[in-house]
Amino acid sequence: MKIHEYQAKELFRNAGVAVPRGIPAFSVKEAVEAAGTLAGQGVQAFVVKAQIHAGGRGKGGGVKIAKTRADVEPLAQKIFGMNLVTHQTGPEGKIVKRLFIEEATPPKREMYLSLILDRDRGCVSLLAAAEGGMEIEELAHSNPEKILTLPIDPTTGWQSYHSRKLTSFLGLSLDPKAAGNLAGQLHAFMDKLYAMFVAKDCSILEINPLAIVGEGDAQKIMALDGKINFDDNALKRHPDVAAMLDPDEEDAAELEAAKWDLNFISLYGNIGCMVNGAGLAMATMDIIKHYGGDPANFLDVGGGATAEKVREAFKIITKDKKVKAIFVNIFGGIMKCDTIAEGVISATKEVGLKVPLVVRLEGTNVAKGREMLEKSGLAIIPATSMADGAQKAVKAMKEGL
Amino acid sequence: MSVLLNKDSRIIVQGITGKTGLFHAMGCRDYGSKVVGGVTPGRGGQTVEGFAVWDSVEESVEKENANVSMIFVPPFGAADAILEAIDAGIELIVCITEGIPVLDMLKVKEFLAKTNVRRKAAGQTIQRLIGPNCPGIITPGQAKVGIMPGYIHKVGSVGIVSRSGTLTYEAVHQTSELGMGQSTCIGIGGDPVKGMEFIDCLELFNNDPGTESIVMIGEIGGTAEEEAAAWVKKNCKKPVVGFIAGRTAPPGRRMGHAGAIISGGSGTADSKMDAMKAAGIRVAPSPAEMGSTLQALLKERSGRA
Repeated sequence: MKIHEYQAKELFRNAGVAVPRGIPAFSVKEAVEAAGTLAGQGVQAFVVKAQIHAGGRGKGGGVKIAKTRADVEPLAQKIFGMNLVTHQTGPEGKIVKRLFIEEATPPKREMYLSLILDRDRGCVSLLAAAEGGMEIEELAHSNPEKILTLPIDPTTGWQSYHSRKLTSFLGLSLDPKAAGNLAGQLHAFMDKLYAMFVAKDCSILEINPLAIVGEGDAQKIMALDGKINFDDNALKRHPDVAAMLDPDEEDAAELEAAKWDLNFISLYGNIGCMVNGAGLAMATMDIIKHYGGDPANFLDVGGGATAEKVREAFKIITKDKKVKAIFVNIFGGIMKCDTIAEGVISATKEVGLKVPLVVRLEGTNVAKGREMLEKSGLAIIPATSMADGAQKAVKAMKEGL
Repeated sequence: MSVLLNKDSRIIVQGITGKTGLFHAMGCRDYGSKVVGGVTPGRGGQTVEGFAVWDSVEESVEKENANVSMIFVPPFGAADAILEAIDAGIELIVCITEGIPVLDMLKVKEFLAKTNVRRKAAGQTIQRLIGPNCPGIITPGQAKVGIMPGYIHKVGSVGIVSRSGTLTYEAVHQTSELGMGQSTCIGIGGDPVKGMEFIDCLELFNNDPGTESIVMIGEIGGTAEEEAAAWVKKNCKKPVVGFIAGRTAPPGRRMGHAGAIISGGSGTADSKMDAMKAAGIRVAPSPAEMGSTLQALLKERSGRA
């Protein structure tokens, strides 16, 4: 799961990780009020930031500096409700429905920092670069020596020596008496950030830029942006994080599927698929393509699906207007074929069958399942194997009912 | 012959009093596996469906010499259950549970690695973990520890290793239908951080006299298939057929399994299939042709011999 910048910064602030002062706003009126509150705290210049999940907001015109409190309203009016197009939104863009009003903190220096769940090394790894603002993937490609990678042993966690390595790599003094004691600040920053990463079950956390703001002894190390992805498996033990989900950023059909514990992803083709098991579901998409069709979705109903779950899955597929044929491919192990047949029959009776339906059943109670489908009187096209089913689905998609 | 599991394996089920745990404990017993009992903390001394229940894994080892454990503990307690099994010295731990947080699994992996370093130094065999989020392991005709439908399997000489559950059943079904049975089938699971990897299984199959050929089924995401292909090229003496699911999956989307995601351009099906081909692995053109591809490959080899 992904969250917005303002939500990431709220988590940073609660963990004791330094961020500029800021307040989220869900309307222009709230934006003006937020600026007023910040002005009351002594803030003079502001940043008005569009809150969408995609990156590249600044380049797309979604981030603007307000030099005075009075400038906040016209900028908020301009950004709120705009269709923001960035390299990550695709050409259709994204409507801005949330703003973040923040104190302007002009960086003296920008750097890059991220923590990732490093599956290859089996630990959390830190990535850092002495320059901020660029795409880390590009830098990793063009100048890999400019990136510091520190694998953190999960049993020791973040240690002072990690901080010292990072401090030196960034070209900062290790002397605690140096102006602003940036080494000490960076250690406190990283120690708390790593603890938060683990405590909240993050999977990717990116700060770009990490900045030094201010002069002399007043210098501060701060996160000027924040992006966090969470491990979906752990969401149930973090209700505070789960509550941060923004439904506007999610696909409606995928949200509906999640309610029923179905793994569903919308795709661009026109053959709807219902399969048990993630691997077989992917393989079913592949075989449809192999025979010249295009899958409309990925849908794994899981191993222990009930007839009710199958019915809901079926409804989600049939709601999709681009679906011209449906292919149900089930290899029943634990899931019994008669359960699938029951779900398919009850769903088609409820929502009707407007497109051809090909069903391939194999495995536990297959004879019973096939018989139920046959006797149902529904115009179901039976298939004897995965290949047979895919071919029939592609043919049916072209010919229609 | 077989790998990891045979008719003498002494199996316990962690989480045996749960609905799913009990159902599959009975399924494994019905198949012929020697299920000696189960563990549910706080329920020690009870009996369910004829299975003895203990409070701890350690107790099951003391009383019944258990050496295999099948885990059905819910996601947030599953890592702890695996750690307990490692601590009790269980040789083969099969974790079926889906949805364990990745950070929990990092600790498990670290602990298992450290334990095995110590065991090796003491001249003991190493402990193995299969899964999590996997269908388990079966040696047809001898024992099954997992949730797969036993009846589709046939005693034979094909070793199967796979990241996906139902796609494994597909490969099993295809090989059985063509008259080729299986020596052992291992579902290693769809999570990014897990126990046994492809290479660990391939190594066992390569050394097992009862395994004459191998089917390896991968998915998009990660680089385990590429590493396995390189290993096969260097070490494997037996014919290998491969398949990778997810050729049509879009980048950046998680396809059900936490590990099945294409990120930063790496982990695509095409790059994995290319690596397999370069290693001399025969890649099945579609998931419906894993069995027939193997049959054709074996025919060619015997024709040549």
